[in-house]
Amino acid sequence: MGVTQKLGNLGVVTTTLDTAINWARNGAMWPLLFGLACCAIEYMSTQASSYDLSRFGMELNRATPRQADLIIVSGRVTRKMAPVVRQLYDQMASPKWVISMGDCASCGGVYNNYAVVQGVDEIIPVDVYVAGCPPRPEQLLHGILTLQEKIYGETIKDWA
Amino acid sequence: MDLIKGFRTTFKHVLQEPVTIQYPEQEKPFQERFKGRHELKRYDNGLEKCIGCSLCAAACPADAIWVEASENTDEERYSPGERYAKTYEINMLRCIFCGYCEDACPTEAIVLTQEHRLSFTNRRDAIYTKDMLIVPPPEGTEGSPQQVEPGKFNRPIPDMENPK
Repeated sequence: MGVTQKLGNLGVVTTTLDTAINWARNGAMWPLLFGLACCAIEYMSTQASSYDLSRFGMELNRATPRQADLIIVSGRVTRKMAPVVRQLYDQMASPKWVISMGDCASCGGVYNNYAVVQGVDEIIPVDVYVAGCPPRPEQLLHGILTLQEKIYGETIKDWA
Repeated sequence: MDLIKGFRTTFKHVLQEPVTIQYPEQEKPFQERFKGRHELKRYDNGLEKCIGCSLCAAACPADAIWVEASENTDEERYSPGERYAKTYEINMLRCIFCGYCEDACPTEAIVLTQEHRLSFTNRRDAIYTKDMLIVPPPEGTEGSPQQVEPGKFNRPIPDMENPK
């Protein structure tokens, strides 16, 4: 933390370091083995051979949040599930990213009622929202590419 | 013997073509029935098909559509008939792409396309306004609004060749 703050603005050094670190972070972003509803089925299909998430450095779904970098909230989050999702997010080591997959996770979707959290961003900060009910594997992959683009835009100042 | 049997399967698969679709570069065509992003259509003369009746909003099970209608005049005509949609917004994160709006529309104005690239980094970006949804006017027409001769477009639902 202190080092990055002292680095400040070193021009070419920091920008190269930014690119290198962002490249490394993009290249091995392990998602959490976590699914909530029907979106998880599409997520499994994305992970399988036809779409093959390992092309994006996501070959491993870590079953423990301590080793995961990315949480894909795939499905509706009920009020009862919300503390669990929050705890999983808290247990993940920084840097960590969140993809809200599908309508239900993004804003409640059709479940506009008291039992479902109206958007998972009420409890955890979301980086990318993917529309679709459920999104096709292509749509999830597009969301992941959007996230990678977002990560490439990050700089040292954002982390420090 | 079982070992050879097992490895035969393995080596058979080594020689096969990989099944993976290299997504961003290569895309498998979707089914015809796939429903993606919406589009608001126009008539051949450039007028909008949407007449602002809000039937799509009523049919929407997720309440994703917001329509606000306004009056047409012959000096500023957006669509045939009395009214047009002044505001037409669809929240893509609410929409479940069921196509009920398409079925409800009396003028076949709203159509779900095959476009699937719908990821947002901000929830506000997910609200598609009328400008984003409406298709560009056909070539050679001025689009909407148009100044037309009075009494020409007094019917909101024109005679369709194949009414469904």
